[in-house]
Amino acid sequence: MSGTSAKPIQPVIDAVTAAFPDIDFAPFALRSRRYASEEQMCLRVPPDRLPEVMRFLREDERCAFEQLSDLTCVDYLEFPGATDRYGVTYGLLSLSLEHRIWVKCFVNDPEPEVPSVTTIWKGADWQEREVWDLFGIKFRGHYDLRRILTWEGFGAHPLRKDYPLRGRGEREDFERLGRDSA
Amino acid sequence: MGLGISGAPFAASKEEYLATKLSYVTDLIKQTENWSRKNSLWPMPFATACCGIELMATGASRYDIARFGAEVMRFTPRQCDLMICAGRVAIKTMRVLQRIYMQMAEPKWVISMGACASTGGVFDTYAVVQGVDQFMPVDVYVPGCPPRPETLIEGVMAIQRLVESEGLRSSTERGRGLGMVVEPTVQIQVDKE
Repeated sequence: MSGTSAKPIQPVIDAVTAAFPDIDFAPFALRSRRYASEEQMCLRVPPDRLPEVMRFLREDERCAFEQLSDLTCVDYLEFPGATDRYGVTYGLLSLSLEHRIWVKCFVNDPEPEVPSVTTIWKGADWQEREVWDLFGIKFRGHYDLRRILTWEGFGAHPLRKDYPLRGRGEREDFERLGRDSA
Repeated sequence: MGLGISGAPFAASKEEYLATKLSYVTDLIKQTENWSRKNSLWPMPFATACCGIELMATGASRYDIARFGAEVMRFTPRQCDLMICAGRVAIKTMRVLQRIYMQMAEPKWVISMGACASTGGVFDTYAVVQGVDQFMPVDVYVPGCPPRPETLIEGVMAIQRLVESEGLRSSTERGRGLGMVVEPTVQIQVDKE
């Protein structure tokens, strides 16, 4: 993985903090064996400010995150020290400037909702549908927010921590085929 | 009456005698039909997981399912009469499996191959069907994870025994065999120290 995030990310953080002085981004470093902590930083963005921050991150010449490399979600239910339940996570990659940044957007029950970024990165389309399907987070402004992995009428969001592994009877509730019905 | 090809040596009346003669002829035709059918099973390989690899191995030269007349694998259900469901089936796939089963022409038989197709196996999650027999008919269950080719061949032979007795009087009285279990042919040696 060497070379994917060679440049320090501090200029990006400086730029975005200067552009949005009213937002507390609270940048923190991701720690892992693979990355040096200075290279992999994460910003917190409140959901209602997400579109303008994302648009800035994409279009500002110091940031230039042309690519949304990942869009996922974490359920922090019963996670030690967590104050919010869902963390919608965006992984941004700049191919021209060779740097990456992570953006996290925390939302809560009962109706977790974040603005869609499909108007900024077209590639967010299916990723947002997946997060909607598995975590039940609504993406406001998504033009086609249907389930993508489970089937229509499934009615649950199985990657939530409080969803039982064996389901709530979805796998048993299915059309039966006898010898005479075929 | 209970008379067939292996029926009673004498008849009580003239009518019974004639019926016996008639059933002898129809049984003979049926037997011939079954004999040709059982030796030319055309399997539909519904292989979704590692059981499919064993199914391919069974079809390949080393184990050679052609010895049992079942080598003509067809990927269209219209030409098949033996569905081999090999591997775990997700609920979204179950609809496909049912549709393929419905498209197969009668008469048709189903082998549920391996632990996953028969019971769900280790995949006890919301998305995986816990045994395809919950949602469609199954004739023979082949145990194993995955089954060895010998075990699958034993399963095909069990289907052949079903086909052999299909429609004959002795078998119609019993009804069509459902839920037949094939014994595993391979014993695993465990060293105890």
